[in-house]
Amino acid sequence: MNLNAALTTTLGFRSDLKTREFLPTGLAPLDAIIEGVPRGAISEIIGPVSSGRTTLIHSLLAASTSKFEICAYVDTDDSFDPVTATAAGVALSQLVWIRCGHNAGHALKAADYLLHAGGFGVVVLDLCQVPPRIANRIPISYWYRFRRAIENTPAILALVQNEPMAKSCASLMLEMRRKKTAWRGAPGFELLRGVELEALSRKPVRPATATFKAKAIS
Amino acid sequence: MFACIHGPGAALPQIAEAFSPSFEQTTPDTVVFRIDGLKRLFGPPDEIARAIAQKAGECVNVSIAETAEAAILAARNFSGVTVAPNLNDLDVTTLPLTDELSEIFDSWGIHTLEQLAQLPETGVAERFGPAGVSLQRLARGAVDRPLKIFQPETTYDDRIQLDHPVSLLEPLLFLIARMLNDQCEKLLSHGMAANEITLRLELENKTEHVRTLRLPIPMRESKALLKLQQMDLEAHPPEAATVALSLSLKPVNPRTVQNGIFLPITPAPDKLELTLARIRGIVGENNVGVPELLNTHHPHPFRLAQRQPQVTDPLPGKIQHAFRYFRPPLAATVELQNDRPARITASGIHGKVLNASGPWRTSGDWWTPAPWNRDEWDISLSTGMYRIYREPNLRWFIEGSYD
Repeated sequence: MNLNAALTTTLGFRSDLKTREFLPTGLAPLDAIIEGVPRGAISEIIGPVSSGRTTLIHSLLAASTSKFEICAYVDTDDSFDPVTATAAGVALSQLVWIRCGHNAGHALKAADYLLHAGGFGVVVLDLCQVPPRIANRIPISYWYRFRRAIENTPAILALVQNEPMAKSCASLMLEMRRKKTAWRGAPGFELLRGVELEALSRKPVRPATATFKAKAIS
Repeated sequence: MFACIHGPGAALPQIAEAFSPSFEQTTPDTVVFRIDGLKRLFGPPDEIARAIAQKAGECVNVSIAETAEAAILAARNFSGVTVAPNLNDLDVTTLPLTDELSEIFDSWGIHTLEQLAQLPETGVAERFGPAGVSLQRLARGAVDRPLKIFQPETTYDDRIQLDHPVSLLEPLLFLIARMLNDQCEKLLSHGMAANEITLRLELENKTEHVRTLRLPIPMRESKALLKLQQMDLEAHPPEAATVALSLSLKPVNPRTVQNGIFLPITPAPDKLELTLARIRGIVGENNVGVPELLNTHHPHPFRLAQRQPQVTDPLPGKIQHAFRYFRPPLAATVELQNDRPARITASGIHGKVLNASGPWRTSGDWWTPAPWNRDEWDISLSTGMYRIYREPNLRWFIEGSYD
């Protein structure tokens, strides 16, 4: 047996190199389906308004900060709410918040700097409120560049948006849906109690959906 | 052996430096230094003392003794030049006594250092503890301690006067790089770092352009500091050409961090600061930082702190429905039915209100120029869930969406 064969088969570490690490999202039904969010890769979270995209992102940030990682939130439209993020368990002191004043170009540049600086656990690029006419003009080369910057690192680039953008560059694509809204009380005196959300893995394709409940802030 | 000079005058360090490169300035009017190496140059201790007295002038006392403390006691209590002094007859009050100890020694009839030195050491330790033992050792001239070497205050300032005015940033940065390299070398050699850099540009129009960079962590890497200066000057360029520039660094102790082998790697502080400075250059200075919650019921109870992130203990969390702000809030037209929202129309959002929860009346800060007072509703449309509010002037806004 030659040396190469011995190294790749007998020692058996070659296949281990390809093993990807995952960061659990903290949502047990979802983690049961997708194992977690892959590190060193781009993950897309898509869905319409009130579908639970931000709830999932807060949960992911909470999972990352609880592991003593530093995270960054590139907020294209200044939409981040630290109050609900804290309630979800995000350690704000471990989070760099970058407000881009409705400028998607600035958000992409900021994300580029962060990913190339390295050392972050999760970098969130929030493009939820970017109009489609601007979102569709983002060159696909950005996503290749971002993927290249984080591969072989433990960083996660989480894109939050209405429609998929990174296409083949994303290793995970989760589609979020609002299943049911829970209201309590008699008509005219109702209270918002929470919402039931559904996550579907579009990439890799998983037939099962994950359903979880999110409480409304009290 | 040690020599001590005691007397008025600000020139005592210079006099001591003429005889020894390392000396202690015990008090502003007392300096003490070793004279062991001066024997070959000046001769016996008498000659050394005479040479010191000649250099120091007539109004100071000079003493030479076996220990530094004995030399200090002699110089403070014997006028003129004293060599190998006899301290036995000195009053016990020449020692650094507390009022209580002074009273006790007086009641015991202990008035001189000799009397104190002759007391049994065990008894002194039992009655006065370590402080008493230390005083007795001082009275016996047995305290042999190393000198606290005088370190002149180091400044990290530099100034360049230019022959011709410089209007472009690149040649200016070349000069700043030169100054930063020198100052950072100096910081490194003293084991220090800088947490504040002040750049003062004297301009051709007789004004000054002053920029102060406050660093969140002490740094001493000239390349990183130069990059920060460059980005700051690009964001705030001087109004006219520069004729002279000065740079001042504020020295502090460097930051030391003990990393854990099982902790995840976080961004290097200097690299992170550089990255954040670059991003600030794009999105604006006040748009990058760490979010902090404020102790208030204000609708926006948080602020963006201009500091670096820090690792803290994990927080308990639950699956919490997140909220997204619309900044600025969207102006809306709301149709009411029985004083409850029934239909809403705003830019990009419109529809029949399926469920509504409210009004949640909040107000505050009425004692400030920016009070707030509003009725909030949580509403559900077929397209999404939103938080809306009505101001006292009956104008409606959509504050954001639940997501």
